[in-house]
Amino acid sequence: MATTLAKAAEGSVAERTHAARIEHVSKSFSGPAGSQLVLDDISLDVAPGEFVTILGASGCGKSTLLNLVAGLDKPSAGSIETPGGRPALMFQEHALFPWLTAGKNIELALRLRGVAKAERRPEAERLLELVRLGGSYGKRVHELSGGMRQRVALARALAQDSRLLLMDEPFAALDAITRDVLHGELTRIWAETGLSVLFVTHNVREAVRLAQRVVLLSSRPGRVAKEWTVDIPQPRRIEDADVAELSLEITEHLRGEIRRHGQH
Amino acid sequence: MASTDTTTKATGKSDDLAGLEAGLDALDAVQTHRTPIREILVKKVFPPVLAVSLVLIVWQVLVATKVTEETKLPALSAVWDSLSDMWLKGTLLEVIWTSVSRGLLGFLLALAIGTPLGLLVARVKFVRAAIGPILQGLQSLPSVAWVPPAVLWFGLNDAMMFTVILLGAVPSIANGLVSGIDQIPPLYLRAGRTLGATGLRGARHIVMPAALPGYLAGLKQGWAFSWRSLMAAEIIASSPDLGLGLGQLLENGRNNIDLPGVFLAIILILVVGIAIDLLIFSPVERWVLRSRGLLAKS
Repeated sequence: MATTLAKAAEGSVAERTHAARIEHVSKSFSGPAGSQLVLDDISLDVAPGEFVTILGASGCGKSTLLNLVAGLDKPSAGSIETPGGRPALMFQEHALFPWLTAGKNIELALRLRGVAKAERRPEAERLLELVRLGGSYGKRVHELSGGMRQRVALARALAQDSRLLLMDEPFAALDAITRDVLHGELTRIWAETGLSVLFVTHNVREAVRLAQRVVLLSSRPGRVAKEWTVDIPQPRRIEDADVAELSLEITEHLRGEIRRHGQH
Repeated sequence: MASTDTTTKATGKSDDLAGLEAGLDALDAVQTHRTPIREILVKKVFPPVLAVSLVLIVWQVLVATKVTEETKLPALSAVWDSLSDMWLKGTLLEVIWTSVSRGLLGFLLALAIGTPLGLLVARVKFVRAAIGPILQGLQSLPSVAWVPPAVLWFGLNDAMMFTVILLGAVPSIANGLVSGIDQIPPLYLRAGRTLGATGLRGARHIVMPAALPGYLAGLKQGWAFSWRSLMAAEIIASSPDLGLGLGQLLENGRNNIDLPGVFLAIILILVVGIAIDLLIFSPVERWVLRSRGLLAKS
């Protein structure tokens, strides 16, 4: 922790070279069959302003990796640096607090960050505008649709004012049309804010649609299997031929990784 | 987050997106509406009124047909006479207030003790292991059992009454909070931690509000226990030094072989207990559940 803080101080003065640095990280959990290795020697850098997706089948430990970067759990070996401070994290479920309105959910994040009372309301309104939910300040969580909830959750994550946004399959539970729209919104907000994003998914097309770089993890244990740089210009669409072509190639590799597990 | 510039191409595209999104939001928006008063009257008020009326009718028929004796079941009119008698003497509200004020004060004390206790038991493993089972067990002990020791400790006074109320109500309030906290979805706690709500800030901003529905259920039960404990204390430990409460009213009725008075006291105890629940706890509980979208529409 001390090293992270030192790095943070250093990072704010000097030019930052990375938003997250994952070095030789391994993680094992003790289960009924003894210790089980979930992540094996993962090394990965996310550059400032970069959009990286981590792709993998079940059991590749992608959520575990995100939890480690978020600081919710500690690696068994290796180190993780996030010079921009505690990263913001978005879950597959919206995780909004139902006892607060949409606006108050965002204000709670601001308050916990230490924003003065008078500034919270205008800042919350601004963030709601950013996710195009300007009129929803007073709405209760159960009054919002699934897509709206995830946008409020995104606004709440942005309220943490972290330079790194971690996303754990945030659109997996949405219908296809809504997911498509939120891809567009996320790309727009990413471009506007200059955030670094580390996005976990099992959906290859989603990964290619969003990212500048796609990292494929193998399963049990999770290792970095292969990386692709995506230089298709934004704004992309999930139906674009370029997106489809690269998705096909990545899918073949993903299937190869999965097939290996059926062979013994 | 400083720059909001976008290229013309992106703007054109995002305008499309904005329109699409506005359409989706409008289509998906959850419709909420209030139940009209008439419907509330028919569905919520009418059934209990009917049930009570039926009980009263059966009662009156039993008395009128002389199926029971007057010494076993007093006539409704006799109970009504007792009531109006007390009202005319001006003692009715005084007696009710003596008990209600004791009960509510005792309940608030129990709240002040039970809440931090519940939080401790729920959040500190050692405390839970140490006193969790005892707290659970205490709930099954009839609070009337505490009256004899409380009389020996304090004599016949209000301190004795409050002791009995506390021993009855604190465990159920604390247990309500514990089960409320145990039922918090882990996701809220994780989300709270990523936002930086840990320790006391986590307790205040995440744990307590998230546990509120279970806590309120505990409070309702705590009130029921407070009221029952108080009545037990008032019936057993009646003394002229203590103001006349509903429990003493009941005990006096027995001593004077005044059956209508005994029935009146029982009915008053029941009505007050229900009224406090209906006027205070149920509205708060409904408001909390509704604001979280947890109240199922019938």
